[in-house]
Amino acid sequence: MFEVLENDTLAPNVQRLVVRAPRIAKARKPGQFVIVHPEKGGERIPLTIADADPEEGTITLFVQAVGASTLKITGTPPGSPLLDIAGPLGKETDIENWGRVVCVGGGVGTAVLYPQAKALADAGNEVTTIIGGRSAPFIILANELGRFSREVLITTEDGSLGRQGFVTNALQELIDDPQRCPQAIFAVGPVPMMRAICELSRPYGIKTIVSLNPIMIDGTGMCGGCRVKIAGETKFACVDGPEFDGHQVDFDLLMDRLTMYREQEARLVEDLPESLKSKITKVKR
Amino acid sequence: MKKNLSHKEIMAIERVKMPEQDPQQRSRNFQEVNLGLSKQQAMREAQRCLQCKSQPCVDGCPVRVRIPEFLEAIAEDNLPLAAHILLKDNTLPAVCGRVCPQEDQCEVLCVRSAKSGPVAVGHLERYVADWAMQNPDKLLKQDRPEPSGKTVAVVGSGPAGLTMAGELAHMGHQVTVFEALHETGGVLRYGIPEFRLPKNIVDAEVERLERLGVTIECNVIVGKTLTLEDLTRQFDAVFIGNGAGLPMMLNIEGENLKGVFSANEYLTRVNLMGAWRNDLPTPIIQGRRVVVIGGGNTAMDAVRTARRLGAERAIILYRRSEEEMPARVEEIKHAKEEGIEFILLAAPLEILGDDKGWVAGLRCQRMKLGEPDDSGRRRPQPIEGDTFLLEADVVVNAIGTRPNPLLTATAGNLKLSPKGNIATDENCATNIPGVFAGGDIVRGGATVILAMGDGKKAAAAIDNYLRKSS
Ligand SMILES: Cc1cc2nc3c(=O)[nH]c(=O)nc-3n(C[C@H](O)[C@H](O)[C@H](O)COP(=O)(O)OP(=O)(O)OC[C@H]3O[C@@H](n4cnc5c(N)ncnc54)[C@H](O)[C@@H]3O)c2cc1C
Ligand code: FES
Repeated sequence: MFEVLENDTLAPNVQRLVVRAPRIAKARKPGQFVIVHPEKGGERIPLTIADADPEEGTITLFVQAVGASTLKITGTPPGSPLLDIAGPLGKETDIENWGRVVCVGGGVGTAVLYPQAKALADAGNEVTTIIGGRSAPFIILANELGRFSREVLITTEDGSLGRQGFVTNALQELIDDPQRCPQAIFAVGPVPMMRAICELSRPYGIKTIVSLNPIMIDGTGMCGGCRVKIAGETKFACVDGPEFDGHQVDFDLLMDRLTMYREQEARLVEDLPESLKSKITKVKR
Repeated sequence: MKKNLSHKEIMAIERVKMPEQDPQQRSRNFQEVNLGLSKQQAMREAQRCLQCKSQPCVDGCPVRVRIPEFLEAIAEDNLPLAAHILLKDNTLPAVCGRVCPQEDQCEVLCVRSAKSGPVAVGHLERYVADWAMQNPDKLLKQDRPEPSGKTVAVVGSGPAGLTMAGELAHMGHQVTVFEALHETGGVLRYGIPEFRLPKNIVDAEVERLERLGVTIECNVIVGKTLTLEDLTRQFDAVFIGNGAGLPMMLNIEGENLKGVFSANEYLTRVNLMGAWRNDLPTPIIQGRRVVVIGGGNTAMDAVRTARRLGAERAIILYRRSEEEMPARVEEIKHAKEEGIEFILLAAPLEILGDDKGWVAGLRCQRMKLGEPDDSGRRRPQPIEGDTFLLEADVVVNAIGTRPNPLLTATAGNLKLSPKGNIATDENCATNIPGVFAGGDIVRGGATVILAMGDGKKAAAAIDNYLRKSS
């Protein structure tokens, strides 16, 4: 059992959970994730480890309720346990000193990005951060990221915070400015966003790393359900990733495979009581 | 009562037939196919044993269960004794009585094989094990061993790890089992379906080990959560039984279409995650026409599962002939009774999709058998130009597994075979002192009982090692 110590709201339907998991806290490296199995009979949900405190023996997770199972996790109050947490899984972020890097986070992906951005800054990179979201309440971690970023650029679709538009607009601006053009880009967010970033950076040949989120079960390479195509080759995201060179990713396949259980998932949400339905965010995949 | 039977009378008893659920009915439910013997059936079958001196059956058993002795106890209606004998040599008898290939092991060596069929050792093993499970209070007390003060870590709670743990606990060592998944049992849990091995049986066997003092910690992935080095530092000895959990890919066009699964994923969704039940959230794609590629136990389990999930047609596609199929005879027979179709001597060339990214069918190649290969089975060869199309909305790849490198990749100087299996000597010892390994991680995909045999052998070796090093 893994006790939830803190659970607070970061943005609409995005919760920040601090959970006791001493072994994982000790072993974890930036970019890795855990699989949470919240209760008997529940699904196994992969979640990035946003932060860890090896001394306290805790890990921090940012969780967006996108379906019945994630809702169960975000609804676990402090003092109550999550049944099973396995990890840390996946490869750690390949942290190098690239020089200038841009980190792009979309929605809850910003939380996934946070540990990477921090590690990149610690490694001596000059980090510029772009955060995008639907509207002001969906912009998360701007202050935290600001602590080690040279600049934080915010874009919202409705213009309620930062400038109106998409993260790609902000990135284009940076690329066009020789003083700010990055040597590497790290992007985490909805698949269409990551794809758009990759399309934008490709002609400039700027290395772009994305973090992929296919459907997973075990997270140990046992089932192959998480397979993705990288440079024409099948890879298992849970062990070979989750981070890959974005210019090599077959995004069509990723998006398509993410829709595999759409009907079944919709039915599960359908069965939830009305009061809970509003707590679920429909994600663009 | 046995003593009253003459040799002639004994020879006249016919081999018992396992009562089964009706094929029509069972092909639509997940309840166990085999129903188990009645007391009368079991006693009568046990009387068929001639109690021959040479005991060939025992030589056929990888864990050397004293078969004639426990059969005699059944015949004499002394089930506590039968259970005592069986449990002494076999840590998981209720499992083995259900999934072991007895036809290739103990039973094939039975002197009665030639004339009237071997004694049904497997069925009787199951009978005694189930009785023991239902009557824990009637079991003879096993001596509690003196605690040795030594600690052993076991990686993986499949049959190899569980056997190992049970054996060592009996010897007085303190055992901790680390399991990557959230449930114990390995393939017994996530691979073999409910209708062949009900999960409450696995639960009961694991609980029995816990009562012996074995500690089980789930959600620990050795190589990730803890390293092998952590274990060698914290424990006096380590046993690695992490299985062969890495699906082989077909490496053909269309493999990543929606509706194409590895058998591991398909079976894990259904068994471990309970996708066959309406009350659990894990989804599965219920195909109308399901094609399963392969001819082993895994393929049979997947295809029979598909049928139970509602497939109108559930088809095995296998590149050799039935004779070469590695699946147990009983599984093939049961599959056929349940309306499973077999397309033999054919292999997939390509998986075809529709315009929405879902699998629509397969293009297949007809094969013929050529010369035997290194496995002794005749090698399949394509018949040039002879291809055909097969419609399918779910395709399951059950061509086999390889060793999962998660642990070994972080285990530094642990010696591996060229195929990535852990290299061991005949006592299951690896090149690292105090580290032993067995089961599928050493053998490649094999069987439950061979994994258990390794567990037992390694337990003796570890006991030896611990006593020497103290
Ligand atoms: C579908 C299917 C049907 C089968 N049917 C039969 C049958 O009828 N009869 C038969 O005799 N054999 C059968 N087999 C084969 C048999 O199940 C295996 O040979 C046997 O289970 C191997 O046992 P094991 O203990 O070596 O490994 P496994 O059963 O694979 O167990 C390994 C365990 O280790 C865990 N693990 C893996 N990596 C780590 C890690 N790094 N850290 C911690 N834990 C880890 C796994 O999660 C797993 O629980 C079947 C196999 C399959 C897949
Ligand atoms: S989640 Fe099963 S192999 Fe990656």
